[in-house]
Amino acid sequence: MSTAEQFKELADQKYRYGFVTDIEEDRVPKGLSEEIVRLISRKKGEPAFMLDWRLKAYRHWLTMQEPTWANVRYPKIDYQDIVYYSAPKQQKALGSMDEVDPELRNAFRKLGIPLEEQMRLAGVAVDAVFDSVSVATTYKKKLGNLGIVFCSFSEAVREHPALVERYLGSVVPYTDNYFATLNSAVFSDGSFVYVPKGVRCPMELSTYFRINAKDTGQFERTLIVADEGASVSYLEGCTAPMRDENQLHAAVVELVALDGAHIKYSTVQNWYPGDAEGKGGIFNFVTKRGKAMARAKISWTQVETGSAITWKYPSCILQGDDSVGEFYSVALTNHLQQADTGTKMIHIGRNTRSTIISKGISAGRGQNTYRGLVKMMKGAQGARNYSQCDSLLIGDRCGAHTFPYIEVRNPSAKVEHEATTSKIGEDQLFYCRQRGISEEDAVSMIVNGFAKQVLKELPMEFAVEAQKLLGMSLEGSVG
Amino acid sequence: MKANGSRENALLRVEGLRARIAAEGGAEILRGVDLDIRPGEVHAIMGPNGSGKSTLAGVLAGREAYEVTGGRVTYAGDDLLALPPEARAAAGVFLGFQYPVEIPGVGNLYFLRTALNALRRSRGEEELDAIDFLSLAKEKMKLVDLDPAFGTRSVNQGFSGGEKKRNEVFQMAVLEPRLAILDEIDSGLDIDALQVVARGVNALRRPDRAILVVTHYKRLLEYVEPDHVHVMAGGRIVRSGGPGLADELERTGYAWVAGAAPEPAAAGARS
Repeated sequence: MSTAEQFKELADQKYRYGFVTDIEEDRVPKGLSEEIVRLISRKKGEPAFMLDWRLKAYRHWLTMQEPTWANVRYPKIDYQDIVYYSAPKQQKALGSMDEVDPELRNAFRKLGIPLEEQMRLAGVAVDAVFDSVSVATTYKKKLGNLGIVFCSFSEAVREHPALVERYLGSVVPYTDNYFATLNSAVFSDGSFVYVPKGVRCPMELSTYFRINAKDTGQFERTLIVADEGASVSYLEGCTAPMRDENQLHAAVVELVALDGAHIKYSTVQNWYPGDAEGKGGIFNFVTKRGKAMARAKISWTQVETGSAITWKYPSCILQGDDSVGEFYSVALTNHLQQADTGTKMIHIGRNTRSTIISKGISAGRGQNTYRGLVKMMKGAQGARNYSQCDSLLIGDRCGAHTFPYIEVRNPSAKVEHEATTSKIGEDQLFYCRQRGISEEDAVSMIVNGFAKQVLKELPMEFAVEAQKLLGMSLEGSVG
Repeated sequence: MKANGSRENALLRVEGLRARIAAEGGAEILRGVDLDIRPGEVHAIMGPNGSGKSTLAGVLAGREAYEVTGGRVTYAGDDLLALPPEARAAAGVFLGFQYPVEIPGVGNLYFLRTALNALRRSRGEEELDAIDFLSLAKEKMKLVDLDPAFGTRSVNQGFSGGEKKRNEVFQMAVLEPRLAILDEIDSGLDIDALQVVARGVNALRRPDRAILVVTHYKRLLEYVEPDHVHVMAGGRIVRSGGPGLADELERTGYAWVAGAAPEPAAAGARS
């Protein structure tokens, strides 16, 4: 589409605006246009600043090209073949766990998820006694007393518009990249956290405890702001192997850590990876970035075992002096999964420090790429980075790739990079089996050992689930 | 010969075992091995490099790098070769590795407890919890002078040669096999370490346990005295005898076996 045509289309859409207002459906037609963006904003009852922001993003998106530099291959995405808004789905509640797909039940059992949680995840009608919403309400009250805001993004736009307007796009601007820009235009919902000055959030925040957390959709947006001296640990994740109909996911996460604040963000991602032949599976294009002011610290920990395509670089802008960025990652690809993931550490302030520990595991015909940028700006006097990228191969049809980019513009900055590639050898497997450990358990043990440096960064209950996930994701990858 | 005494009592019976490297055009390494081992006995297999000693140990434990091309192995009355490695372990076969394998990030004791509990499960026994296991492990560590701090280090990672070998004997002590095959457990050890390892092995000698020691040198046999000594060459056992055979080898070296190797009729462990 030429620029002239795009402008014409824009003009046309504006013209059609009045026509669209009459539509009262819960599901808008397929495709993306300015009217769709307006419709989404209106349906959510958003204030003008929000609509303006979405429209600016949409118009910018029209001028952009889908990036092709990542080391992943996938069929072309037809952006006009996607439904960009549907009202929160009322999933038909199932009568009991017996009606749930046995494969899913089996997965729950292996993960050791409590029954009540299983029912919630599988969409089984929950008994009043087990009502997780009441649990959530209790926590919400507790947080409210400390002045902590933890709610859905939509609610935040309604209830705390000044905070949203101030920080939205302050780390990931709407012009940032193709997928982030798309998200900015059409994002459906997500999470919002604000921790006031000097407050330490007394519990791990997880979407599990958030009311209306269900069906946040494929364009999720999260904004976490820790005010001066505040600290918070946030858990994102679907640790259950939920099947999702949406093939394209383009989420954005922004973290703002003001002076002396700490934000720890942990993810365990286990979306549908597609079958053994690579059919189905989620395309996950995510933009995650945090900005750390003076003495602030941002720590990303991720365990990525799902999705057919993973394109994700949780990054830190170390803006303030003495700020700290950390990135701990385990990415596992099996069958035909592809992951291109890593981080960016942008050192701007003096004496900023960053640590990158990346563990890539490839099995089957999986392709795993680490891509990381460490950038020391002119003013980053005395800045330091340590990067360690290890790859583990299982079998001889998979691949591991490492693309470290290092840019240093300050002579006093120090950058260290270490990389290793190893293979689960016949020797290791035989050693375990000779001691009586089954091949499957041996692979799981070796992989978890390999990933230990990262897993130990996860909150306890997450770490246990992540360990089991790694084993499960590799079932059938050997022998 | 004593080893030939009562065939029905043999814990391990190897008959005409042939094996080659499991790869396109892989060389045949075992060319008809015969060996009987009864409970309570300690056998030593000696021989020059490349004679097939370690291959024999690997084939008995089920290493997939080798393909059995002929012969039979009976263990406690069952066809050992039909079992995968973990089932052989469950049946009580232990291999002390010449080159113990490193498993980064996996704690030494965690590994061993997983192994012990896998064995116990397969035997229908209850698993040991962490506390019971720890007290068992602490007691067994003393056998080979292992520091308790050792338990939390990753399996074999950064261990010295001597530590690796002591760790193998420690694992054997915890897993309590019926047949322990110790493949060059003495290689790379200084005299002090050798004595510690040997003491550990001797402490594990029992009337219901058989031990097969594979070694290049007689040195180990001064500390772990075998009941039977076999000499291997060219993929066969070319001579068997009592402990005195090791002394003889020490004097004459292995040169003579090169000539002895191609004459299987004159060899055979069960002469």
